Amino acid sequence: MMKPFGGNIIFLDRSDINTDEIIPAKYLTEVTKQALAPYLLEDLKLDGFDPKGEALKTAQVIVTRENFGCGSSREHAPWALEVNGINLVIAQGFARIFRQNMFNCGMMALELPAADIDALFALSSQGTVSCDLDLPQRTLAIEVDGKPAQTFSFHIEPFDEALVCAGGWVYYANTHY
Amino acid sequence: MGKTIVQKIFDAHHRDEPFVGTRVLNLDVVMCHEITTPVAIADLETRGLDKVFDASKIKAVVDHVTPSKDTKSATQAKILREWAQRQNIDDFFDIGANGVCHVLFPEKGFIRPGYTVIMGDSHTCTHGAFGAFAAGVGTTDLEVGILKGVCAFREPKTIRVNINGALPPMVFAKDVALEVVRQLTVNGATDRVIEYGGSTVDAMTMEERMTLCNMAIEAGGTSGLCMPDATTADYLWPFINGDYDSKEAATADFAKWWSDPDATYDRVLNIDVSALEPLTTLGYKPDQVHPIREVGDVPINQVYIGSCTNGRISDLREAAAVAKGTRLAPGVRGIVSPATPKIFQQALKEGLLEILMDAGYCITNPTCGACLGMSNGVLAPDEVCAATTNRNFNGRMGKGGMVHLMSPASAVASGIAGRLTDPRSINK
Repeated sequence: MMKPFGGNIIFLDRSDINTDEIIPAKYLTEVTKQALAPYLLEDLKLDGFDPKGEALKTAQVIVTRENFGCGSSREHAPWALEVNGINLVIAQGFARIFRQNMFNCGMMALELPAADIDALFALSSQGTVSCDLDLPQRTLAIEVDGKPAQTFSFHIEPFDEALVCAGGWVYYANTHY
Repeated sequence: MGKTIVQKIFDAHHRDEPFVGTRVLNLDVVMCHEITTPVAIADLETRGLDKVFDASKIKAVVDHVTPSKDTKSATQAKILREWAQRQNIDDFFDIGANGVCHVLFPEKGFIRPGYTVIMGDSHTCTHGAFGAFAAGVGTTDLEVGILKGVCAFREPKTIRVNINGALPPMVFAKDVALEVVRQLTVNGATDRVIEYGGSTVDAMTMEERMTLCNMAIEAGGTSGLCMPDATTADYLWPFINGDYDSKEAATADFAKWWSDPDATYDRVLNIDVSALEPLTTLGYKPDQVHPIREVGDVPINQVYIGSCTNGRISDLREAAAVAKGTRLAPGVRGIVSPATPKIFQQALKEGLLEILMDAGYCITNPTCGACLGMSNGVLAPDEVCAATTNRNFNGRMGKGGMVHLMSPASAVASGIAGRLTDPRSINK
């Protein structure tokens, strides 16, 4: 079953946000995904960002820069996003393991060119930004304060799309191998 | 057209190509530890799929938090322990026999040239030192690996890193690993494998090659590999002497995996290490690398020697050689964590632990421990550690702490002076 992809965007204006920042290692002794919920992005130091603030609490989408999710292989990073209602991360680039973990969980790691990411960040100052992703149409429609603002097209690898549509790698692998 | 070692390994393990550019590989080894495996086990149980594809190909260890520090870590160890028993996994290593996964499993001879290896741990790239394709994965990839013995990867591109020249005194494999990350940057090898070659790599021991390959992930690399050669055959000989008539025969067989001379590379990087200096990191990214002599006055609170990067016997010898007859500076804490019981015993036998204890160091049991801020040396806010580990991320070794990555010799030198110190400047 496919997850919904879209909603309010929180902007994290930094490259190389690592999985230790997304979910610190000291919480890796938790054995349920739900237990990770209060600690999402707890160690991220970024001007204007508050891990306990409204912007993160009301977000369903993250927009960020290069190499998001680098470092540790911990799937606790996508899980911490998922249990906070965030199924879509849009970035200029991802670390391989994080990106694969997202698709393996049926979540979406969307790569856009630098110019599109710049355009998204430019919109962030104009009001409350939200988006809706249409996978079959390959479009990402952006709204600012509820009004249509801009539409981007995107590319997704066919295998990654198959994982998203299957609801993740375990479902896919169990029917194919 | 010629093929790289990784293309040859992919072809030999081909299971499926569901879409152009995606390869599903058969796996030779699936390695498990107590942090990332319990959720996979629980999910398999929930789905009614609590089984393993081949118990002999699964290796498991309790290593990240051991002995358990609290109820939660004890529960993780218990889940892994009971699963290993239930699934008849003979190669399960618990207290008394456990050590850091990427040091313990090679020591047991589990990794061979041409193998495909996954683990729910990003430093799995370490095992590429044996000429294997070894990749860190998340829990879902691990779960499917356990259940089906397969894993999916994008068709690999390769960065060839030629490393040439003799390493100057007090410059080590760790310094080379840091230099490679500096040049490639933290995402320069994303969706790539790094192939290390050249005279410096040819001359390296297996332990040095493991240190080098260990940090491929810090440049974003899927895996880091060395060509399997006579050094590889020599290291593996106790485990393969039933398979080959001689080490020479093993070496000749390993050569089938070597990249062809006309293989295609995404990029070629040439590094001359003959004038390389002892290096360290400043800041929170592993590519923020500088010669130690240029970093200025950086006082430290702790020295940490251990981890899958630098917790091997050669690292302890290197540390003890610098520490011999010295003392940690007043106010500096020193922690040594030999990476496996075998290394611990060998260091004891050689008197290395006595030298380090005389210098003021605390010796811990083998564990990942403080490297990721789990136990056995977590930093307080604003504290600074000279560490032989692999990651200097913000909060990595404890919230608000700062980690400077370096070789064991540099870490010990820094402990003697109480500040980041080039080991060449220590006069004894």
